[in-house]
Amino acid sequence: MWDYSDTVKEHFFNPKNARAMDDADAIGDVGSIQCGDALRLTLKVNAESEVIEDAAFQTFGCGSAIASSSVLTEMIKGKTLDEALKVTNQDIASELDGLPPEKMHCSVMGREALQAAVANYRGEVWKDDHEEGALICKCFAVDAVMIEDTVRANNLRTVEDVTNYTKAGGGCSACHEGIEEILTRVLAETGEAFNARASRQKLHASKEKPPVPGKGMSNLERIKRIERVIEMVRPQLQRDRGDVTLVDVDGDTVFINLVGACSGCQMASLTISGIQQQMMEDLGEFVRVVPVPANHAATTGVTA
Amino acid sequence: MSDPTTLKDVYLDNNATTMVDPAVVEVMLPYFTEQYGNPSSIHSFGNQVGRSLKKARQQVQALLGVEHDSEIIFTSCGTESDSTAILSALKAQPERKEIITTVVEHPAVLSLCDYLEKDGYTVHKLKVDSKGRLDLDEYARILTERADHIAVVSVMWANNETGTIFPVEEMATMAADAEVMFHTDAVQAVGKIPMDLKNTDIDMLSLSGHKLHAPKGVGVLYLRRGTRYRPLLRGGHQERGRRAGTENMASIIALGKACELAAEKMAYENTEVKAMRDRLQEGILASVSHCFPTGDVENRLPNTCNIAFEYIEGEAILMLLNKAGIAASSGSACTSGSLEPSHVMMAMGIPYTAAHGTIRFSLSCYNTMDEMERVIEAVPSIVAQLRKLSPYWGEDGPIEDPEKLFAPTYA
Ligand SMILES: Cc1ncc(COP(=O)(O)O)c(C=O)c1O
Repeated sequence: MWDYSDTVKEHFFNPKNARAMDDADAIGDVGSIQCGDALRLTLKVNAESEVIEDAAFQTFGCGSAIASSSVLTEMIKGKTLDEALKVTNQDIASELDGLPPEKMHCSVMGREALQAAVANYRGEVWKDDHEEGALICKCFAVDAVMIEDTVRANNLRTVEDVTNYTKAGGGCSACHEGIEEILTRVLAETGEAFNARASRQKLHASKEKPPVPGKGMSNLERIKRIERVIEMVRPQLQRDRGDVTLVDVDGDTVFINLVGACSGCQMASLTISGIQQQMMEDLGEFVRVVPVPANHAATTGVTA
Repeated sequence: MSDPTTLKDVYLDNNATTMVDPAVVEVMLPYFTEQYGNPSSIHSFGNQVGRSLKKARQQVQALLGVEHDSEIIFTSCGTESDSTAILSALKAQPERKEIITTVVEHPAVLSLCDYLEKDGYTVHKLKVDSKGRLDLDEYARILTERADHIAVVSVMWANNETGTIFPVEEMATMAADAEVMFHTDAVQAVGKIPMDLKNTDIDMLSLSGHKLHAPKGVGVLYLRRGTRYRPLLRGGHQERGRRAGTENMASIIALGKACELAAEKMAYENTEVKAMRDRLQEGILASVSHCFPTGDVENRLPNTCNIAFEYIEGEAILMLLNKAGIAASSGSACTSGSLEPSHVMMAMGIPYTAAHGTIRFSLSCYNTMDEMERVIEAVPSIVAQLRKLSPYWGEDGPIEDPEKLFAPTYA
């Protein structure tokens, strides 16, 4: 059985706020019985202050789905709708003292139910853009749909590329066979054949040849390349409900602004080092990527 | 877990693995200590062990009703036996590039077949009906049409999830008539179904020690004399060169003993264990609404019953059962970390409303009728508790038209 934290077990065995709420002001339904996970979140909202006065849930699903629902209702009670919307799936997982990677989607479902409920309250239409595929990389909880989309969007060709963009395959390597299968399939769509050797040659080549120094590049070209890297990683962050923008470049320091789900969470440092690595590969020079508030470097022009 | 000082936990997951019988532990222990010789050695240390190896082989031979003891090859597990059998058939007949199997095999066969498909082999997977039964006409048709291309038929003797028994003896004869090799994964069937392999057309059979009260990590491939064969592991001359690698003596001795005991307990399995299983199923069905047994209940292993509880999810059921001191297993997607519920349930067309809530209870001779009563008592409240949480469940029954009442905006 899963190695669930005591907090997950506590919320599963003694769920909080598990009931149907007849006079709910907001209802958020997500999931379906097909996928084995479905959650209805119901809220009582103060019309003046938009404070969530009561929250309840009904869940069809596994232990962690029920625990995620339960902890979510506790987390959002007393918050305004806007405050509640700031709760990320990472927050839900952290509040539960962690979830196994295979179960992270349960926390995502909680977050989506919350968005759906708020949209329902405000008379908006909430669109789910989260398509889930089979979990490929268990070390970093990356699924097949995410890998496929990233490969397509960025014309990735090697397992190494996939690891750089999505982190998938960066841990125990057990999923490399699965990643190669996805590459083979996606590359075949454009009539290209996956070449396993390409990655290996590239690996050796990059070790033997020192990278072309970025100094030979015009300043404009350099900034363009930096922007291009930022553009490449954005879809991936946006999928996690975050975003990144380029704020300023000063010498070898690149200032970026991380927003949304990725700022502040434990993944932020991984994200930053990923961007930094990608930039160094593209520019062929050392750069330091530093996260700053959106208006920071632009106005003060700080140096590293 | 329930209070361990008062009641022992109830283990109903014997299709996953079994307790090693104390009598089996006793015979294997000396092979870790004083009997440490290599059976291949000439000196007395080895010689004695060599004789024990022969005895174990004969014990397996007796349980399976095999003609020659040399037809028994010891392996490291059921999975290795399955892989060896299928890959051997392909290697030995390189001109044949097709396989017949079923959609409900264990991953030990299915994953291998999927992998072989990528390598250019064609795999015909026989479908099952809503009770998990095969269509022998479909089988006969493929056999006739593709006879010269089929390297091997591999069909499990009994399904691990539902216990459904397949007519492998008849299917083996049909294969023999078409001059096609026949392998059966009998990992779940050995010890529960009487076998007399010498009077069948089965060419190869896999079994696994840990399903019949021997330890994990030992198995057998039965290889009928005269069957063309290519080893998976080449090296030393162990197992007559058909499976190289120094023998796992302690476990082989244990498996021999377990086979001897299984033969003695075969009748008990099919009467007493079956009676407990039947009582368990009847008791649960009588006290819980909206649940039903899956598979071919008229024709299944005596120790297995698989019940689908509608509108709730299997892993949650297992966690609550576990808390009540009851160990079982589930075909739900969540227990395996995959997105789809069990391929066996999907193949039978079990609706999603039930497939995620399937629970397998698998018994052994160590269970008691009292334990069954305890489970029957515990299950209804567990199911009720989860249904109370479920958005698909109303006051005292499933909500009408769940697709409409529970309506995610994007669905
Ligand atoms: C039908 C079937 N085949 C094969 C196996 C694999 O056996 P082993 O665990 O010894 O490799 C199992 C065990 O789960 C099984 O139930």
